[in-house]
Amino acid sequence: MIRAMLIPRRLIMLGLFAAFVLWCALALDWSWLPRYTPLALSGLWVTIWLLVVTIVLGFALAVPLGLAQAIGPWYLAAPARAFCTVIRGTPLLLQIWLLYFGLGSLFPQFPWIRESELWPYLRQAWPYAVLSLTLSYAGYEGEVMRGAFASVQKGQIEAARAFGMPRFKIFRRIWLPQAFRQALPTLGGETILQLKATPLVATITIVELYAVAARVRQDTFIIYEPLLLLALAYLVIAGLITLGFRWIEQRGPRQ
Amino acid sequence: MSSAQTAPQADAADGTDSASQEAIRVEDLHKSFGDLEVLKGVSLTAARGDVVAIIGGSGSGKSTMLRCINFLETPSSGRIIVGGEEIAMKPDGSPAKPKQIERIRTRLGMVFQAFNLWTHRTLLENVIEVPVHVLGIPKREATARAVELLERVGLGEKHDSYPAFLSGGQQQRAAIARALAVDPAVMLFDEPTSALDPELVGEVLTVIRDLAAEGRTMILVTHEMKFAREVASHVIYLSEGRIEEEGPPEEVFGNPQSERLQQFLRTVS
Repeated sequence: MIRAMLIPRRLIMLGLFAAFVLWCALALDWSWLPRYTPLALSGLWVTIWLLVVTIVLGFALAVPLGLAQAIGPWYLAAPARAFCTVIRGTPLLLQIWLLYFGLGSLFPQFPWIRESELWPYLRQAWPYAVLSLTLSYAGYEGEVMRGAFASVQKGQIEAARAFGMPRFKIFRRIWLPQAFRQALPTLGGETILQLKATPLVATITIVELYAVAARVRQDTFIIYEPLLLLALAYLVIAGLITLGFRWIEQRGPRQ
Repeated sequence: MSSAQTAPQADAADGTDSASQEAIRVEDLHKSFGDLEVLKGVSLTAARGDVVAIIGGSGSGKSTMLRCINFLETPSSGRIIVGGEEIAMKPDGSPAKPKQIERIRTRLGMVFQAFNLWTHRTLLENVIEVPVHVLGIPKREATARAVELLERVGLGEKHDSYPAFLSGGQQQRAAIARALAVDPAVMLFDEPTSALDPELVGEVLTVIRDLAAEGRTMILVTHEMKFAREVASHVIYLSEGRIEEEGPPEEVFGNPQSERLQQFLRTVS
């Protein structure tokens, strides 16, 4: 590993990178950083939980969506296909706004909603952010899972049937794990896309990582430094996602 | 032949008398795919310890016949009795009691042409899958037996390999171990060597031969005529969905009666 780094062209690249970091640290204005660190950390936290919650919920929805399209009867397959088409065919920003400004302004008109136990949540922005990001991930991954379910070899399922495995168990132990494995590389990429979609919810008052950078700019008129740090933060999270997916992939049979 | 009415309502209390010897009985089995009638009334009986070989050209319906026995294909009509228990069928041939099919399938160990080992599990996991997750045998017990079985088919060192890393012959031997793991009353082989390179056929046939020698009841669809002649106790020659000729291997291979069988044997030998 270290040996491999000592090739001349790599040394040059490393040197250039170090010089760039040094220049960033010394020549740029980081005076704002201490004051905004707590806000940045809370923004980081919001970004991460939004990402984790929406990919988990979104994937949970994507499985039935994919299954319905792969083997479902037409009355399940058609709505699932329509859902995926609409979600994939419209901008996420639009979906977020339709839910937040549309539903969000519709709900208060109904007294029974305003008086319900859910109202304290429904009047905040984050349920709409979670909902729209979840639906978006579900729409894309529903399509991915459709292909993954269809690509599992028929013989795999037939073998399970031939040994008397009940249908749901076949799904849980054979079909789903194999489809998931097929879909893993795609899911990894899509999860990074989902990460990079999270800044859109800043437009509905959620203070996540991007919103913090915007706040700094508004308050201090410092533009580039917060954006550079923001880019670095997304890069690190994306790297961690990649490593995580690679780790999962390597736990099974490798080709 | 009008197949729809002939089947299921026949004598319900069957089989119990001869159940001790009879492992499997198929009566007047019909199967159509749309307008194409693939099986036109075939029957088969195997006592315990019998090795029944089904031979025939491609498209003769031999694989379909085997696959109807455990309902991987739904018969159009007929009767199937496993260990004295008749599989309940609706008039259209579909299983009347899905749970019964599942239970009976656990007693029929199937070996496929394309192996069909579960690719996301190691060999050991493949072999313990059904015992642990379908039959509810404790994992330690199932693992001990699986280790034994893999040892027996010559894969003692491959427990933790995934199927994709093994040769076809090794995969098929593992698939046989998987089928043996449920201690099946009858083993069903669907052209077990047809997908193998010629030099790998022998190792699989050796395992099957050993099983025959120890008295396993088996139904074997095969293209290996020499092998069928050697291990089978009864040979069925299928042609165009009918049993053209059947009998002990010496008769069928040594003294074929029908024109078709004679010609078939000439072309395959």
